[in-house]
Amino acid sequence: MAEPVILCRGLWKVFGPEPAEFLARHGSNPSSEDFQETGHIGAVQDANLDVQPGEILVIMGLSGSGKSTVVRCLSRLVEPTAGQVLFQGTDLLKATDKELIEIRRHKMGMVFQNFALLPHRTVIDNVAFPLEVQGVDRAKRHDRASEIIELVGLKGREGYYPRELSGGQQQRVGISRSLAVEPDVWFLDEPFSALDPLIRREMQDEFLRLQNLLHKTIIFITHDFDEAIRLADRIAIMYEGRIVQLGTAEELVTKPATDYVRAFTRGIPKAKLLTVASVMGPPEEGQGDGPTVKDDQLIGDVAGLVIGQDKPVAVMDTSGTLVGSLTRGQVVDVLFTDGS
Amino acid sequence: MVDSVLSVFQGSRQESVLFRSRWLLVAMLGIVLLILLRDTLPDWATTPPDSWTGNLPLPFLVFGDGFLPTLSIKASSVAGWFNDIVHFLRNHEIFDLFTFRDVTRGVAGLIVWPLNFSEDLLISGFSDWGIPPIPWVITAALAGILGWYLGGWGLGLLAGSCIVYFAVFGKWKLAMTTLSLVLVTAPIAIFLGLLLGIFAINWRLFEKALWPILNLMQSLPHFGYLIPIVVFVGLGHKAGAIATILFALPPMAKITILGLRSVSEEVLEAGVMAGCTSQQMLWRVRIPAARPTLMVGVNQVIMQCLAMVVISAFIGARGLGIDLLFRLQTLQLGRALESGIAIVLMAVALDRLSQALSEKEPVRKPEGRFWTVHPHMTAAGLAVVVGGVLAYLVPEAAALPREMTVTFAPQWDVLIKAIVSALFEPLSFIRDYMPPYVLIPIRGFFEQLPWTVFLGAVTLAGWLLGGWRLAAPSAAYIGFIVLSGWWTAAMVTTYLVFVAVVICVIFGFPIGVWASRRDGRTRAVAFLCDTLQTFPSFIYLIPVIMLFQVGTISQIMAIVVYASIPVVRYTYVGLRAVPHDIVEAAISSGCTPSQILWKVRMPLAFPEIMLGLNQTIMFGLFMVMIAGFIGGNYDLAREIFKAKAQNDAGLGLLLALCVAFLGLTADRLILAWANRRKAQLGLA
Repeated sequence: MAEPVILCRGLWKVFGPEPAEFLARHGSNPSSEDFQETGHIGAVQDANLDVQPGEILVIMGLSGSGKSTVVRCLSRLVEPTAGQVLFQGTDLLKATDKELIEIRRHKMGMVFQNFALLPHRTVIDNVAFPLEVQGVDRAKRHDRASEIIELVGLKGREGYYPRELSGGQQQRVGISRSLAVEPDVWFLDEPFSALDPLIRREMQDEFLRLQNLLHKTIIFITHDFDEAIRLADRIAIMYEGRIVQLGTAEELVTKPATDYVRAFTRGIPKAKLLTVASVMGPPEEGQGDGPTVKDDQLIGDVAGLVIGQDKPVAVMDTSGTLVGSLTRGQVVDVLFTDGS
Repeated sequence: MVDSVLSVFQGSRQESVLFRSRWLLVAMLGIVLLILLRDTLPDWATTPPDSWTGNLPLPFLVFGDGFLPTLSIKASSVAGWFNDIVHFLRNHEIFDLFTFRDVTRGVAGLIVWPLNFSEDLLISGFSDWGIPPIPWVITAALAGILGWYLGGWGLGLLAGSCIVYFAVFGKWKLAMTTLSLVLVTAPIAIFLGLLLGIFAINWRLFEKALWPILNLMQSLPHFGYLIPIVVFVGLGHKAGAIATILFALPPMAKITILGLRSVSEEVLEAGVMAGCTSQQMLWRVRIPAARPTLMVGVNQVIMQCLAMVVISAFIGARGLGIDLLFRLQTLQLGRALESGIAIVLMAVALDRLSQALSEKEPVRKPEGRFWTVHPHMTAAGLAVVVGGVLAYLVPEAAALPREMTVTFAPQWDVLIKAIVSALFEPLSFIRDYMPPYVLIPIRGFFEQLPWTVFLGAVTLAGWLLGGWRLAAPSAAYIGFIVLSGWWTAAMVTTYLVFVAVVICVIFGFPIGVWASRRDGRTRAVAFLCDTLQTFPSFIYLIPVIMLFQVGTISQIMAIVVYASIPVVRYTYVGLRAVPHDIVEAAISSGCTPSQILWKVRMPLAFPEIMLGLNQTIMFGLFMVMIAGFIGGNYDLAREIFKAKAQNDAGLGLLLALCVAFLGLTADRLILAWANRRKAQLGLA
C-alpha cells in the first residue's frame, strides 16, 4: 500500500468547557456517561482514518454523527481536542498559522453544502478567489479560472453573479473554486445535498467524470447511502462521533461490524452491490455445457440469466477457470431478502 | 406544531382570564395602597429631600502640590460632581502642556477642512483659485443621474427635483449647507462605527464593554450630546458636526457587529480554505459578504445625521435647521413650512437614495461602446459639459438670483390661518377640557408619586421578569434619578410621556389593526409610516405649533405625532406575522374573522405590539426633550434648556442621563417581558 495522503490517529473533538482537561480526566477515553454527566459533547471520538492517494473515501452518517466535524479536523478548520493528523507525512496539528495558510493555498480544496460563494463576485472572480489571495496576477488567474469553468461546463457564465445561477450551477462554481489551485486533496462536504434529486444525480455523474480526468485524493461527506455507494472506493460509517466501520460497500453489506451498520445497509438493493464471487457456492461436477457467468459480475446483472436456468450456472474467473457455481436459490436470496 | 400552538393557546385563554383579572386586581390594589401610603409616608420617602441630594458623599480628585492627585470624599450634589469632572477636563493641563479640552478642540478643528471643502464646492466656490461653485443645474442633474443609477427613473426624478426645489424656492444656500454637513458627517460616522464594530468582533472584552455604552448613547436625548459638545468644542457649525458624528455612531457600530457576525459559517470557512490571511478574511470575505446588512446601517446613519444636523441648530450649526428654528421662534409659520418642506424633501431623497444603494445588487456589464457599458457615467459627463456651458452663457443657470426665486409663504400663511381658525372651535374641546380633567390630575399623581414606591415597583417588576440581573440595573437607573436631585422634574417628564403614549396607543393601535386587515391598507399605511419616519423629529413641531401654539398640550401633541408611528407599525406587522398555518387552523376550526383577530392573531402578536410600545416610549422621551422649548413645564426638558443657556455642562449631562435612564428602565423591563412571552408562545 502506498503512503496515505492523510492519516489520522485517535482523533477527538470535544465541545464544552475545558475540553482537553475533560479528556485527560477520563483517561483520554470518556464513556457516554462521562459526557452526559458534565454536558460535554463528543463530536468526534477516537477516529482513525487513512486516505490513500487517488481514492474516494466517503464518510457517511446521519446529521449529528460528527462527519462534518471530522472533515473539518482534517483541514484544521476545527481545532481537534486530541489526536494526530498527518498530511502527506507532516503533522498538521503542529503547523503554524503561516504554514497552514500555505498548505490550504496549494494543497487543499473544499466544496461546501450551501455552495458558500461570495455574493459580490462574479463567477470568474469567485473561481479565481483562491488565486487572488495568493497574489497571482489578474490575467494569469483569470486564464486558469476560465479553464476550470470550461471544464465544469459553465463557459459563457463567467460574468454572472451567483444569485443569477441555479443551485446546480452554483455548485459547479463551488467545485471550480475548490479546484482552482490544483489541490492534492479535495474535501467535499455534502456537496449535492442541497440540490434536487435529479440534479443531484447529474452532479454525481459530473463529479465522477471530473475525477476520471483529475485523479484527486478525495474525502466526500454525505448522509445518503445511495450516493456513497455510487461514488465511493471505501466508506466510513459514523455513528455518535465514532467511525463504526471502514470498508468497501460490499464489505459493509456482507460483513456489517455492528447492528447499526446492518440496519443502515438493510434497505440497500444488494443485487447492485454484491458480486457473483461473494454469493456463489463451490464448483459442481460436470458443468461443461450451458451458460456461464464471470465471478466479478454483479448479481443484478446476471440474475435474469441464472433464474431462467434449472441447473446451477458455472462461474468462471477472468482467466476462464471454473471457480464456483451459482444457483437460482442463491440469486433469489440476494434479490428478495432484506439482509436481516 | 400547529396543534401544540393551538393547545397552548386554548390553555392560555382560560389562564388569561384569570391572568387579566389577577393583574387588574393587583394594579388596583396598588393604586389604592399608593394613595393611602402617600399620606402616611414621611416626606423624605415621598420626595428625595434637597438636604440629601445636595450632600452626597462623592469621591473627588484633589490636586495638591504632589504629582499624583489624592482622593477625598466631599459632600456634593451629583451635578456638582459632574461639573467638577468637566472643570477638570477643561482646565487641568496634562503634563502641564495641554488640557483635555485642547485635545477635543484640536480634533474637532480637523472637521473644518472637509466641511469647508464641501461648502466651497457646493456654495461659495474656491475663491483662492478662482474656481466657482458647481452651478445648480449641474448639481440637480448629477443628483438625478445618481438616483437613476441607484434606483431607476423615478428615483432620479425625485432626487433631481429636490435640488431644483431648493434652488427655485430660495433655499439654496441653507439646503446646501445642511447637505454638506450630512455629506461630511455621515461618512465619518460610518467609518468610525465600522471600526468600532471590527474591533468588537475581534476582542470579546471590548465588545462587552462597548455594548452597554452604545445602549446608553442610543437612549441619550440629543441635548445630552449638544451640551457637553459646547463645552469641549464650542458653539457653532463644527460643534454641530461633531455632535452629529457622535450621535449617529452607535447604530452603525451595532449594525456592524451584527452584520459581521451574521456572515454564514460556510462562507467564512470557504475563505479560510482558500488560504486567506486574517486581513484578507476581514476585507475580502467578511465585510463584502455582510454588505447588505452594513448598508442598512449606512441608511440609518444618514438619516440620524440629517436629524441631528437640524437639531444642532440649537448650538449654532448653520443651514435649514437654524432657519426653521428662527422662523418657529418668530412664528413665521409660512416660511417655517417652506423650510420644513425642504428638510422633508431632503430626508425623503436621502432615505430613498441610500435604501436604493443598499438594495442595489451588482449587475453584469453589457458589452459594446463606452456609453452602453457606462450609460450613467456618460450621462454625468454630458451633464457636466452641457451644464458648464449653460452656466457660462446664462448666469441664472449658475446661481439663481434672489428675484427669480419663488416663495409661497404669504399664501401658506393665509392657508394656515384658515386651517387654524377652522379648527379652533373643534380643538377648543381639547384646550378647555384636557388640562383640568386629564392633565392636572395625572400630573398631580406623578408629581406626588413617592420615590420609594416607584423604586420598589420597578425593582419588583425587574425581579419578577428577570431575577436580580434585571432588578439590579433597573433599581440602579431609578436610584440614580432619585439621587440626582431632579426627581420631581423627572416625574413631570414621565407624566408628559405617559399621557402622550396613552394617546398614541388610543389612536395608533386601532389604525394598526385596521391596516392589518387588507393588503392594500397595509401597503398604504406602511408607505406612510416609512415616509413619516424619515422626517427629522424637529419637523413635527411645525404642525403642532400651528394648531396648539405653545404650552403643555403642544408638547404632548408633538410627542403624539412623532411617537405614534411605532405603535401603528408594530401592531400591523405583529398581526400579519402570525404564522399562516395557525390562522388556517383557526379558520378550519370555524372561527369568525373577529374571533381570528381577537383569539388567534392578537394574543400571538401581543409581544410584538409591546415592542412597538417600547419604541413609542423611547421616541416619546426623545421628543419630550426637543419639544421642551415649546412646553414650559417644570420638567427635565426645561431644565436642560436652562442648563444649555447657562452653559452648565455637568447639569446638562446629568439631566440627559436621567432621561436616558428612564428610557433604559422602560426598555429593559418591556423587552424582558416581550421576550419571555414570545418564548412561552414558541415564537422566539
